[in-house]
Amino acid sequence: MTLWRYALRRLLQGIVTVWFIATATFLAMHAVPGDPLMSDKAVTPEIRANLEAKYGLDQPLHRQYLIYISNLARGDFGISFTQKNREVNDIIREHFPVSATLGILAIVIAGMGGVVWGALTALYRNRLPDTAIMFLVILAISVPGFVIAALGQLAIVGLNRVTGIPLLPVAGWGSVSHMLIPALVLGLGTMAYLTRLMRSSMLEVIATDYIRTARAKGIPATRIFTHHALRNAVLPVITVLGPAIAGITTGGFVVELVFAIPGLGRYFVQAVQQLDYTVIMGTTVFYGAFLVFMVIVVDLLYGIVDPRVRLE
Amino acid sequence: MPSPHMTLSADDLAPLPRTEAANTLVRPSLSYWEDAWRRLRSNPRAIVSLGIVVSLLLFALVGPLVWRVDPAQQDVDQISQPPGADRSATVAAPLAPWRPDGRAPDAPVLALDGAATTQAVRLVWGPLPGAERYRVYRNLYPAERGQAFGMPLAELSGQEVRAFEDRLDLRPQTWHYTVVGLDARGNALPDFVTLPVTLARVITAADAVARGMADREQDLPPGTVVKFALHPLGTDYLGRDLLARLMHGAQVSLFIGLCAPLLYILIGVVYGSLAGFVGGRVDQLLMRIADFVVALPFLLFMILFKIAFGIGPGESGIMPMLVALVLLSWPASSRLVRGQILQMREEGYVGAARLLGASSPYLIARHMLPNTLGVIIVTLTFAVPSAIFTEAFLSFIGMGVAPPTPSWGSMCNEGIKSMLEHPHEIIFPALFISVTVLAFNLLGDGLRDALDARMRSRE
Repeated sequence: MTLWRYALRRLLQGIVTVWFIATATFLAMHAVPGDPLMSDKAVTPEIRANLEAKYGLDQPLHRQYLIYISNLARGDFGISFTQKNREVNDIIREHFPVSATLGILAIVIAGMGGVVWGALTALYRNRLPDTAIMFLVILAISVPGFVIAALGQLAIVGLNRVTGIPLLPVAGWGSVSHMLIPALVLGLGTMAYLTRLMRSSMLEVIATDYIRTARAKGIPATRIFTHHALRNAVLPVITVLGPAIAGITTGGFVVELVFAIPGLGRYFVQAVQQLDYTVIMGTTVFYGAFLVFMVIVVDLLYGIVDPRVRLE
Repeated sequence: MPSPHMTLSADDLAPLPRTEAANTLVRPSLSYWEDAWRRLRSNPRAIVSLGIVVSLLLFALVGPLVWRVDPAQQDVDQISQPPGADRSATVAAPLAPWRPDGRAPDAPVLALDGAATTQAVRLVWGPLPGAERYRVYRNLYPAERGQAFGMPLAELSGQEVRAFEDRLDLRPQTWHYTVVGLDARGNALPDFVTLPVTLARVITAADAVARGMADREQDLPPGTVVKFALHPLGTDYLGRDLLARLMHGAQVSLFIGLCAPLLYILIGVVYGSLAGFVGGRVDQLLMRIADFVVALPFLLFMILFKIAFGIGPGESGIMPMLVALVLLSWPASSRLVRGQILQMREEGYVGAARLLGASSPYLIARHMLPNTLGVIIVTLTFAVPSAIFTEAFLSFIGMGVAPPTPSWGSMCNEGIKSMLEHPHEIIFPALFISVTVLAFNLLGDGLRDALDARMRSRE
């Protein structure tokens, strides 16, 4: 099966890429001025030596690298420097599902919204709905994510004030009502981008010969729209889902920060601010591997959805 | 479609008289750039955007010369002031000690003794039933039974002490003071008295002179109204002038937003044209390297590089950000240029030039690069907003420029914390980021339509 061979090759390439990401992460973190024990209470040389031995910091660089890579290969990301006795694996296991839930919800909102709005604008080309939606789209593309997040939070406050009851929680995590606005906020930028893409793709499809043929055969307009135009126009949207997932993943940092959601993104930003070396390295490699894997999945999906695409 | 030309008569087919004019071009021939400029000019959105971009540059470069306020200077008299806030103050005599004995009323009410000013709020109240001593609260909101009364200011010892002077961090605003009686064991009794107090801003003559509002104290008799320093767009949570910070932040944001894309696209052009022109093994190797850089998750590695470069004491952290951006962003443009060069290598005019003896550097410089310049300029325009976004994102999560250097992103980060109380602190920087990005996006659309026939959007 060519599909399987293709998938295997992409997977191997992906592993090499992840290895490269891990190496770059390792080297970048070792170029950091100072060392991880600087802020620690390792005042006496003896304690310091012990701690260095514990974390393997007394080894030469290539030894440290080998230890790091072999640990990574076994899926061990190490122990947090600032939270003693907490493994990075635990942190990822605990916080990533939250980020993933939020991200999946956001990508679903973005994807569905993008397809619907994009198709709508193409149908109403150069008329009021098109102009209005495209104006909103360019606005959503131009406003940074944290401003959208702040506006979302303001909207919740306003909504709660108007209705007089706490309709939606302003921050936190736990129930569906906690997820709605953050997911919408997170997906908005991607949705705007997908709307643009869907619109131009739809306009291209509408102008093709097979749509004209379908119309000439007397197929009802709604059926042409759903069965001939929409299906073909959606394809380019799938190709950009990979980058879109990357955007939503990093966009999640800000949204989780603003809405106080206990996801991995917020944890990563905190680790960065506290210079928690192992957590930074672990989450970076984890995110990198995740994104590489997602791009492969999207490419495979594209080959399955569109049989015209030859996987090579 | 019926057309008037459908019916032809013999006259229509008669040959036209030969004239000299028919052989000369009616319109002057336009160069590529003249044609592009003509197209761009006819696009109102692009021209408005161009105007906005130019005014933003003026705002960043000329602004600080006109509005010479230090963006790091704190005005402690005006903290978190919205634009257009009242900045007048009345000159008052220095605060004299207060002797409240015998001034407390007999009825259970809360009253002011003297005027409430930013120097002091002097409260007196009548006895509350059953109270052994009293506790004084201050709040932003009216007191309600069952609700918290706000910040406890003091607990007074003894039944007879029914006066309190508040001098704690007074601001010209309205506060709700509440006095609650306590029983012998210190538990709050249900009865309370409350009073909304609007504080008038006053300043002593000596302070006014110290702030440069007048030369001599003699010029400021009590009752004179003086004005505090003007902050057209208000101040932030440390009392720093927002307009000055926005101007200096514009320098940072636009510097990164313009320089980083210029640099990495330049690198990309050199790298890509080299790969595309040389081809073969070299091309494969160069592009494989670029592929690896592309594979790095962009924002994660921006953060990582920012940590790796570090920010020394007294540094702003702009240069590390620029270097990190350039290091991570060049491959996309090099791929683009390589593709263009590969395509062009097969074109007839390149072959013709080669036949005429053109050398490779000449071919690249005179034929290939000018032909890709349109694409490069469009890429550059679209790269600016993404660089500005990256700067804002990093500064927002605290990994961008180091304080006190302002950037629009770090201003948003500071402003979002008091978004509900002082919305102007986030609105202005957010607006500047959004308008800048919007302008560059629309300008990019316009330039794409004007410069590149192949990429022209189907409007």
